[in-house]
Parts: sequence; structure tokens; C-alpha cells
Amino acid sequence: MTPKLMTNRRSVLKGAAAGGLLAAAPLAARFASAQSSAPIKIGFQQHSTGIGAAYGRWYGRTTEAAVKMINDAGGINGRPVEIVAEDDGTDPKRGAEVLEKFANQSGCDVAFGTLFSHVVIGSAPAAGELKLPYFVVSEGHHVASGMLNRYTLQPGITDVKSQVQAMAPYVSENLGKKVTMIYPDFAFGHDHRDYFSAAIKEQGGEVLEMIAIPPTETSFTKYFPKIPRDTEVIYHVMVGPAVLTFVKELGEFFGPSRPEIFGFIDSLEAVDLASPGLEFLEGTYFWEGNPRYAQEDQTSHDKMFREAVGVDANGASVSDPKDVSTYAHMFGCWETLHVIKAGMEAAGYQGPEDRAKLIEAVEAMTDMPQSDAHPQGPKRFNGKTHQVFGVQYISKVEEGKLVKVHTTSIEDTLYPDEVDYTSMSF
Amino acid sequence: MDFGPHLLLAVLEGAVGAAVLALTALGLSLVFGVMRVVNVAHGEFFMLGAVIAWFVATSIGGHPAVGFVAALALAPLIAGLVAVLVDRLILKPVKYDPEATIVGTIGVLYILQQTALMTYGPEARPVEPPFSHRIALPWFEWGENGFAMFYPWGLSTNSYKLFVIGAAIVILLAFWLIMTRSKAGLIMRATQLDRETALAFGIPVSRVYSIVFGLGAGLAALAAVLIVPIQQAHYLMGHDPLLLSFIVVIIGGLGSIRGTVLAAVLIGMSDGIISVFLSPTLSKIIATLLVALVLVFRPQGLFGKKPA
Repeated sequence: MTPKLMTNRRSVLKGAAAGGLLAAAPLAARFASAQSSAPIKIGFQQHSTGIGAAYGRWYGRTTEAAVKMINDAGGINGRPVEIVAEDDGTDPKRGAEVLEKFANQSGCDVAFGTLFSHVVIGSAPAAGELKLPYFVVSEGHHVASGMLNRYTLQPGITDVKSQVQAMAPYVSENLGKKVTMIYPDFAFGHDHRDYFSAAIKEQGGEVLEMIAIPPTETSFTKYFPKIPRDTEVIYHVMVGPAVLTFVKELGEFFGPSRPEIFGFIDSLEAVDLASPGLEFLEGTYFWEGNPRYAQEDQTSHDKMFREAVGVDANGASVSDPKDVSTYAHMFGCWETLHVIKAGMEAAGYQGPEDRAKLIEAVEAMTDMPQSDAHPQGPKRFNGKTHQVFGVQYISKVEEGKLVKVHTTSIEDTLYPDEVDYTSMSF
Repeated sequence: MDFGPHLLLAVLEGAVGAAVLALTALGLSLVFGVMRVVNVAHGEFFMLGAVIAWFVATSIGGHPAVGFVAALALAPLIAGLVAVLVDRLILKPVKYDPEATIVGTIGVLYILQQTALMTYGPEARPVEPPFSHRIALPWFEWGENGFAMFYPWGLSTNSYKLFVIGAAIVILLAFWLIMTRSKAGLIMRATQLDRETALAFGIPVSRVYSIVFGLGAGLAALAAVLIVPIQQAHYLMGHDPLLLSFIVVIIGGLGSIRGTVLAAVLIGMSDGIISVFLSPTLSKIIATLLVALVLVFRPQGLFGKKPA
């Protein structure tokens, strides 16, 4: 049981190895075509500790694998990529400090990797001030909503507004029209509340009751009596360490007769579906950013991605089947790094003076077909809102595994622009 | 759901919270009462109990009850031993100086927390309950046909939750008996009353301190083992119990068993009920307000003794 240590130790070793690699003449020849063969440094704001640590660990592993693949193929613009990982403690204040360190001390070209929305929101102003391109992997709507700045982009993972909105047609057609929502009482839960209730109304459904639960709550049974009896579908998005309790107690509350249940896999990322108490989830539905279990129609890209990161067909680490990944989100790191690579190549990126050019190059991107660089599925980037759009998956729990039952189109996830970052100055 | 059954459900949930809180807070109160040490790392001993319970339960296997019983015995013991080490290595060398022990235990807090993160990992992991049955609860009402009993929708509890409440009561009674009826309890009370005199009467105060610190941590760990089949073990889980324990201990009076238990029931119950019927934030506000009121009007706590 040394999951956390492994990543750190490995990245330290990798850093050391990268130094040695550059000194070794024959190997340096591989990157010789570049004008400068100094590495491109990508600051990785990692949730190594704090509430996001389970995500941080897998974001770390995915990032390492993506960088290895990029470097094996000759790096970016002929230069090797080096990751400078820094723990932000899943804390907004620390997040901003980490960005400053990247820009002023470590000499990073760009920053990347943040998941938790409060850290993104706390760090983005610093990115703007430092004029440091900041590629987040957060799925929050804050990028596309226009509350951040031109230096913050989200090209590797879709945002919650488009995810939620794309679920409403399936839920109302297949599960039921009378929905009760249970969500954590902070920004992430409020996004779900607002966007889903609007989207389900458009489908002719209605939200009967909205039950907000404080994020630090550890017992839930007392809230369940608020669920109206004529509820056809329960929509849940609980997150955090207490989520297993939530599911267990929901199961106990309903006993043998339950309504349909639809949830976001965020609730159970890094959690083994075979955990005691989760039997209750059998036959319920989940949104998945990327199917955790290898599906029958698995693409060669997903297969390659799993192998590169070290994830088995059940979405767990190949070295420890109990170590379940955050599969629905971590592809975002992989895809974002490939977008950074494509952007830097399009911009002819040489150093920090080209940061604005890099952002313009990414803003110019549009369709990104499914490929080894985009294993989750095809994407469409909106340069104005700095947000990418892509297909979403709905899976059903069958015999303790998530089986994909529906794939949305990209069109299902689109909504009108709320901002035009390209009109802002650098 | 009707108000009556909903209230019953809230009370039951509140009682589970109160039971665990009483045990945890008692540990904190005991340590402060006897040693005058404010143990900021108390919540981490709680976490340690839960994490050890997970390790024990998963490595033993077989029927969940076997692992649970083993955890019930081992987790408090190991957490207690760690606490004894902390006492010997940190608290004793700083001579139990109030400021130094606070800083020292803050350090212990981080050491324990980060060690758990490095070895156990960042996930929340469940321990299977030794038994768990859904119990539908009846409700009584004077209806048109007179007195009637029926089973309202959703009014149910879990046999394990009832066990937690029962177990906590038994442990509290046992603790009270030890403190008031046994020689060990007498020695601890003597040390609490007057350290110098106890020393003069040949009580090995330094050993008593170690044992008390271990016992306090053991109580927190025990509470955690009881709750871990309901909640999951997580490396950050010590934060809330610490905060609530402080609230309870301040309201109840540091060092008073009776006050601690009563305050735990008060806070646990009100948290369960207010957060359901009004708002969860309000229940926290009320708890904090109570602390403020107690500090202003009765600084020694409801049952604490005025300093002589």
C-alpha cells in the first residue's frame, strides 16, 4: 500500500532521470532538431493532499503516462517535456501560490492539471496576473461562464453544464419525468441543480424536490424522508468521502422498493463498485465521462490509454485491483497535454514570450477527432469560451459492473456562448 | 413523511451521532482533566482507530463479524500505544507545559494525518458491519378507528445503528464504574485533584499520565471502530470529531464525565433534529453560540467545578 508515495517517488526519479538524459549525448540527439533543446516545463498543480488526493494521484499517473508518450515521440517542437509537480493541498490559496512558484521560480512555460473548482477559481486570477497559460482539467462551468480570464482554458474535459444538460433527454425518456435531486450544498451541486432542472423542464419533466446536503455531512438517513413519494427518478451527485454512506443509507431507506436512480460517477470515482453496501446500486444509472470498465465496443485508443496509464479492464490499477482509478475524469489530463502539444506546435512555441501565441493557437482549434491523443471520444473546442465539448456516456450497473447503455452526441451538450474571451486583451 | 415519524428518524440518527461523540469527547475530557493537556491531535487518534479497523478487518477476512471484533480489540490498543509513545517522546520532555503541548499535539496531528495519507491512501474505505438488518419502525396514531399502529413509508433504522447506541451506553457505564469504583480510577482521580499530593503519596504520576493519554486516545479509536461500518475510514475524518469534541467538552465542563455525556447528547441530538427540520448551518450556529454563552456565563462548563 504505497500508492501516494509511488507517484512522488517516480516523478522525483523521473526528474532526476530527465536531467541525466539531457546530459547523455547520444540520447540528446533525439531532441536535436529544436533550436533550443532545453525541456518545455509544464507546471502541474496537483491535489496530492487534501480532499482531492484520490483524484490527484490518478491525475499524476495519467500525466506521467502522457508525458512519456509525448517524449517517446520526440517531445514538443523537438524539445522534451518536463513536468514540475507541486502539491496545492486542494486549497485555493495554496493553488495561487503554486502558480506563482511555477512562473517565477521553476520557470514553467504553462501550468496545468487542476480539478477542484474552488482551486481553479482561486488560482485563475493569479494565472491572469502572471500571464501564465493555465490549462485546467476541472469540468467546472466557471471557464465557459466567463468568470475567469483569457489565460485560463479547459480544452481536455467537458464542463458540468454540458454534461448535465445532455443527461436530461435520456433520463426523461427512459427513467421518468418526476425527479428529486440530492446534491451537495456548494457551487458544484448548485450547477447540477440549476442546469438539470432547466434541462429536464425542457424535456417535459419536472423536479419535485431539491435536497441540498451540507458538504461535511456524514449521515444522510434523516434527509431522505424529504423525498416525495411520487418520485420516479432520484438524481444524485454527492461527492467526498461520505458518499459510500450516502448510497448505503439510501438503499436502507428504500428497502426493497426504490424509484429509478441516476447519479454522477463523481460520487464513486476511486471507489470499488464491489465495496460492501454498494449492492444497492445494481440496476441504477450513472453518467460517466469515460467508461470505467472496458466495454464490448472498446476502441483501440481506449485500449492504448489504459495500457499506458496502467489501468486494467475494470478501471483499477494493474498492480493493485483494489486501487480504483478516477477513470471518468483523468483522461482530461492526457487530452489536455496533447492539446498543449498541438497548440505549441501550431504556434511555433519557443519560450515564455510566445505564451500569447500559444493561447491564440489553442483558441483557433475546433474539431478534435477521436485518436490516441483523444481516447475518450471526439471533441469540439470553442475558442471563444475556452471550453471543449464532447460526447458523454450513460452506464447501467449490471452484475456489479458499469455497462454503457447510451452515448450522447456532441450536439446534445452544446449551449449558447456566455463569453468571448478572444475579445479580451492579453 | 409526517412530522412525527420524521422526528423519530431524526432522533434515532441524532442518537447514533451523540453516542459516538460522547465516547470521543470523553477521551478528550479525560486527558484534559487529569493531565491539563489540550490534545489537538485527538481527532487523529479517532482517524487512526478507523484506519486500523480497516486494516484489521481486511487482513483477517472471513465473516465480517470476526474482523470487526478483532478491530474492536486491536484498534484502540494500537492507537493507545501510539498515544503512550507520543506522551513519552513529546509531552513528557516538554514537561506538560500548556503552550508547548498544544504546539506539540498540532505537530502530532499532521504527522498522523500525513502518515495515514502515505500508507493508507486518500480514499474513503468501508468496513463491513458485523451484522446489518433493515428494521421498519411502526408508528402509532389516534385515527378514525381509534388507536392504530402502522408502518410509515421510509421509517426504518438499521440493527447495527441500534447496536452502536447500545454499545456506547455500555462503554460509558463501564468507564464510569472504572473511574468511580476501581483503584485505577481512584489513582486517576487523585492525580487529577492534586498532582503534587498524589506524587507525595507514592502514585507514579508519570506512568498515570502515559496511561491516561493512551486511554483517551483509545476511547476515540473505539468510537471510530464503532462508526466505521456506517461511515468510511478516511485520512481527513478526524477534523469534525475534534471540533465537536471541543464544543462538547467546553459545554459539559472539562474533566467532568457527566457533563461530557450530557453535552454530547445535547449537541448530537440538536444537530440531528435542527439540521433536518431547519437548516444544517443553523445547527452549527446554535452549537457555536452555546459554546460562546457557556464561556461567558459559566466558564467552567455546565458540570465543571470552579477552580479553587
